[in-house]
Amino acid sequence: MILIKNGRVLNPATNTDAAMDVLLDGERIAEVAAPGKISAAAARDAEIFDAAGLIVAPGFIDMHVHLREPGQENSETIETGTRSAARGGFTAVCCMPNTKPVNDNASVTRFIMDRARATASVRVWPIGAASVGSKGEAIAEIAAMKQAGIVAVSDDGKPIATAKLTRQVMDYCRSLDLPVIEHSEDVSLAAGAVMREGVSSTRLGLAGMPAAAESVCVARDVQLAELTGARLHIAHLSARGSLEQVRWAKSRGLKVSCEVTPHHFTLIDEDVQYDSRFKMNPPLAAREDREALLAGLADGTVDAIATDHAPHEPALKDVEFDRAPFGILGFETGLALSLQQLVHTGKISLMRLVELFTTGPARVLGMERSLAAGQPADVTIFSTDYSWTYDVKDSPSKSRNSPFDHRAFQGTPMATIVAGRVAWKHSSL
Amino acid sequence: MTHRFRDLLALEPLNADELTFLLDQSKSFQEIQRHPLKKLAVLRGKTIALAFFETSTRTRISFGTAASRLGADTMNLQAEASSLKKGESLLDTVHTLDAMKPDCLVMRHGASGAPEFVARHLEIPVINAGDGTHEHPSQGLLDALTIRDRKGTIENLNITILGDIKHSRVARSNIHLLSKFGCKFTLCGPAMWVPRELENIGPEGARIRRVFRIEEALEGADVVLALRVQNERLHEPALSLNDYILLYQLSAERMRHAKRDAIVLHPGPLNRGIEITPEVADSAQSCVLEQVTNGIAVRMALLFLLAAGGSDDDKQAAGEADANPLRNRRSTDSKDAGAQKDVKDP
Repeated sequence: MILIKNGRVLNPATNTDAAMDVLLDGERIAEVAAPGKISAAAARDAEIFDAAGLIVAPGFIDMHVHLREPGQENSETIETGTRSAARGGFTAVCCMPNTKPVNDNASVTRFIMDRARATASVRVWPIGAASVGSKGEAIAEIAAMKQAGIVAVSDDGKPIATAKLTRQVMDYCRSLDLPVIEHSEDVSLAAGAVMREGVSSTRLGLAGMPAAAESVCVARDVQLAELTGARLHIAHLSARGSLEQVRWAKSRGLKVSCEVTPHHFTLIDEDVQYDSRFKMNPPLAAREDREALLAGLADGTVDAIATDHAPHEPALKDVEFDRAPFGILGFETGLALSLQQLVHTGKISLMRLVELFTTGPARVLGMERSLAAGQPADVTIFSTDYSWTYDVKDSPSKSRNSPFDHRAFQGTPMATIVAGRVAWKHSSL
Repeated sequence: MTHRFRDLLALEPLNADELTFLLDQSKSFQEIQRHPLKKLAVLRGKTIALAFFETSTRTRISFGTAASRLGADTMNLQAEASSLKKGESLLDTVHTLDAMKPDCLVMRHGASGAPEFVARHLEIPVINAGDGTHEHPSQGLLDALTIRDRKGTIENLNITILGDIKHSRVARSNIHLLSKFGCKFTLCGPAMWVPRELENIGPEGARIRRVFRIEEALEGADVVLALRVQNERLHEPALSLNDYILLYQLSAERMRHAKRDAIVLHPGPLNRGIEITPEVADSAQSCVLEQVTNGIAVRMALLFLLAAGGSDDDKQAAGEADANPLRNRRSTDSKDAGAQKDVKDP
């Protein structure tokens, strides 16, 4: 039993922002009550967690991550990745299927679930491939994977190859009540590109993809969501035009949602200087795209913040910019960047921030997320003002590809509690 | 004035004084090209590594000749013969070269930014001999030297560039250099090869415009730079040669739109009858062969400035390090990058 005392509870599901105590009993939340008013007699024996000056929130979900196991264990494993996730305040992560082999069948899903049970610090919710091998030809065994534990399907790393297959996957997933998560990208417009097209790519002589490489595919996907009635979630949305498509879809009442990454609302294409730590897909966008994302985060168009944690071992990243793989680390800077860019600048409220990490992604996945009696004992405790500097060398991740190394922050996760157990606690506590 | 360069990776970061200094240094090496005995001993005992990860004949020979005329030895690495084909990383390859203790690395590579990436990992000076579609600094300098010789100045000239500017490192180096002296640029070619972003790649206040009709682009030009239409490297998208010739071939008739005393530059090798007619290439206005000669002078100056120096400690003792913008940029390397790379809220 853990009694979290003296904290400020932020619970978007009930719109609660108050000083509350939270009692965890085993894997469930036993009681949430005003300070000192916990009624359960057993609370007297509980381990006390003093959260004075800290925010107590439902457990954070990162709905878009790459854990690299099976197949690329030099870059990350379920063990190291989830340790990094716990340090980032995440109690659950949704791992994308682009492993080796691809998670396109129930035995791979079961392997991931088994490895998670044996080694993970936080909950691991796999996402299954939409097509066999994510090759865009045949539909994967989605029902069997659902039975084994997947929470969504995606061919992430690329879009579902054709409009026809996307439509079929959407029809099927609607019948299975699974969201389709789409890496929207017109691969012909993006072919060969290593960053966003613009003045920076032109100056650097690096091949660029236009913003339209994303937004034309979002337009396709939104139209197909309307055709099929499926739940469509746009991954790592980065362009203003894409956001407008999502806004239109929502205004039509379609079941369309989207996520934005911290790096896309923090950095822009001008930050790319032949440094492969700034290379990811979708690439860092234009200044006006970043402005649009900030507006979408504030006005509710964006449903979730997801980090797209994408570790690559140093040998893979320490090459010519053109040859480096896409992707950067995300877990340990996600909350701090969100506080820095969104809350401390007054663009969104703290409640909205918590929503973007909890009820937002949960809704997309068809789940609940609330600090209430009977709910899973997943809690994220964080500070909004603790001063620290990120040093990637200290990360439990196996990789080091972060553009935010040595960035100074105010605010950080302080403890991550998963199923009633402290998965990670800040060294200052 | 002592020089303040450690590497030469690009012309973009250099200011007008620094560029003038490099051109003035090259001037003294131009004399030597006319001398019957061309060999100096200033780099005797020094070794220059020439690493060409992309095919090159002219630039490689030019740097090699420059090194030998300074008395230096060279070691050559060419892509075909290298272990890159065997899967060795670029970093391992240059570290291997570095272990043979050259005093300077001259490098060409197909990936934009590759010399900058390598320079972050090496102590010896790195000279960019052309990287991808980014820059070709020694070409930019030799073009400016040629223009200065012919026109007496590189200030406030009208420069017209013709061809696939999007993929041209020569065009970028020219723009970055000459814009700092008030030159106005007119970029002309098929629209796909001249994207509008090019108008904004120059320094603050640079005057760069796009024009799609060649006669209009040549109007009032002091200098015409015709780029090579490459067959071996891809123009993306490819264009029918017939269309290119029809719309953009530099002919004597079209040259009449330029100023009477306009000069013509071409980075070579020429495709006679494609981007330029033989008549123009061989005219008195053409500077093609002077460019080649000046290339050796510029490269001698660069090698002399960068490879002749003592150890880093000596340079630091001489107080040069702090004044060197390139050195300073290198020293920031990985540590501060994240902290610095922040977007300012408008």
